[in-house]
Amino acid sequence: MAITPNPHNTTGFLGWIDDRFPLTKIWKDHVAEYYAPKNFNFWYYFGSLAMLVLVNQILTGIFLTMHYTPSAEDAFASVEYIMRDVPWGDTIRYLHSTGASAFFIVVYLHMFRALLYGSYRKPRELLWIFGCLIYLVLMAEAFAGYVLPWGQMSYWGAQVIISLFGAIPVIGPDLVIWIQGDYIPSDATLNRMFSLHVIALPFVLVGLVIAHLMALHEVGSNNPDGIEIKKNKDASGKPVDGIPFHPYYTVKDIMGATAFMIVFLGVAFFAPEGGGNFLEAPNFEPADPLQTPEHIVPVWYFGAFYAMLRAVPDKLGGVLVMGSAVAILFVLPWLDRSPVKSIRYKGIIVKTAVMIFAAVFLMLTYLGTKPASDIATLLARIGTIYYFAFFLLMPWYSKLDRTKPVPDRVTDH
Amino acid sequence: MSNEGVNTKRRRFLTLATGVVGAGGAAAAAVPFLASMAPSERAKALGAPVSVNVENLKPGQMLTTSWRGKPVWVVSRTPEMLDTLNKVSDELRDPKSEQPQQPAYAQNETRAIKPEKLVIIGVCTHLGCAPKYRPEKAPADLGSDWLGGFFCPCHGSKFDLAGRVYQGVPAPLNLPVPPHRYVSDNEILVGEDPKESA
Repeated sequence: MAITPNPHNTTGFLGWIDDRFPLTKIWKDHVAEYYAPKNFNFWYYFGSLAMLVLVNQILTGIFLTMHYTPSAEDAFASVEYIMRDVPWGDTIRYLHSTGASAFFIVVYLHMFRALLYGSYRKPRELLWIFGCLIYLVLMAEAFAGYVLPWGQMSYWGAQVIISLFGAIPVIGPDLVIWIQGDYIPSDATLNRMFSLHVIALPFVLVGLVIAHLMALHEVGSNNPDGIEIKKNKDASGKPVDGIPFHPYYTVKDIMGATAFMIVFLGVAFFAPEGGGNFLEAPNFEPADPLQTPEHIVPVWYFGAFYAMLRAVPDKLGGVLVMGSAVAILFVLPWLDRSPVKSIRYKGIIVKTAVMIFAAVFLMLTYLGTKPASDIATLLARIGTIYYFAFFLLMPWYSKLDRTKPVPDRVTDH
Repeated sequence: MSNEGVNTKRRRFLTLATGVVGAGGAAAAAVPFLASMAPSERAKALGAPVSVNVENLKPGQMLTTSWRGKPVWVVSRTPEMLDTLNKVSDELRDPKSEQPQQPAYAQNETRAIKPEKLVIIGVCTHLGCAPKYRPEKAPADLGSDWLGGFFCPCHGSKFDLAGRVYQGVPAPLNLPVPPHRYVSDNEILVGEDPKESA
């Protein structure tokens, strides 16, 4: 296949570049002439907001790395140094730590949008899988980052999470030592978390985001009606229900970004600890291997999975359940057998199931951040069963559901 | 390019052979990187097993050593002390040692390889304080039904003479038994499993 240089026949300086590099082509293919459905709603802000938060994390991370010392001896003090002595250091750190929670908020809403409108259905299975991989890497990135201040919760969180690998039969105990690089979480562990957090995982994350966007632009965006706009094109080959991403959605996203920034900066400036949810109180004490904090609880964004882990009385069983809870997301495109994509045209069964699922996920998230009690364990068990039933029974109830007819054009066209 | 006279069979074989050799090379190249993540020589030296000589440990006495930064106690238990273990079972949280707080070879009534020698990590499972060894019976501060054991002064957690935690105290788990083995009758190596179970 021959590539035609400069297919848009630009001239002058731009033409000189376009003869050598597809600048105009990239701009037109992915922005100015990327046709997105005209009926995007509120839920469609969160993809671009996730990108915005990613940029925030990378930028603030670069500057934090300039002052942070990755060693068990000095890490905690270097974070205090950033907070007290580095000019604007506290602001930069709070932007980074608040950004971590904001990342999960927008990503969870972005994933819920996909669930609502069936954005994982054919031909968007790979798009969804790239998204799941991003979520997985994001969890690893957040965990590694949480270890770095080497406070009490950093240390004991690392101890608890790494020891989960010890539940794997036969190789478990040796695997834990290999991951830690020592017999207990130590300087070696902290340094490899630093390496993963600032080099390996961000590279993987950015690569996956690019793959996610490439897959999206290959198949085109889904929309709240779950209609393929590419099936209905005008004489010039443009989808009749599509509008160019730029200027329509660039402007819309700027508006969304502005609203988001007001809230985000409000939290980062005035309530950066998020009431103990974004930065946990025990992490303001240096790590002490001889003293366990009263309750070891993860940051809120791992709450749901931690609640599922604790709901199972057996350690290996708990680890398997927690792992499966993430793994099951990957096969979602093949579990949904509904003839329609969007919740708008689905029947009462799926609508109810999705709403309860959202409530259960929120409940599990809450339970995971609280100490275990009898009633909490019972609720976590019910929640865990519902979480898996929602996915595993989907092939049947999504088929049974009485759907409504899907219109040919998007609503309000 | 012309494909005439191409021996496709040989070409496929060469492609496959190149792929296999390349994969082998990539696997070999991965070894140093993966191996570099294992504990370093320094970490291994700091975490090496610790030898304890118990020859001079009189019945009823306790000695303390240190392994991987944690205090390890060795208690020489008299037959009388071992008798108390059965009497307190009903008041314990985990009398049968079902929680994974000990290696399999110490998951027995006395939580020891040899009943008369208890080897245990002396860090309270509540908040990591150091419990006190209180072998005496019915001392004034612990009440008349105290049969000997360990008492944590920080928050009042109580453990029996096998390090098993009592009910109704803040500590959730029994005191952990570290891996250990007998090199000879009087020498215990803390940090290594017995040879036969390894």
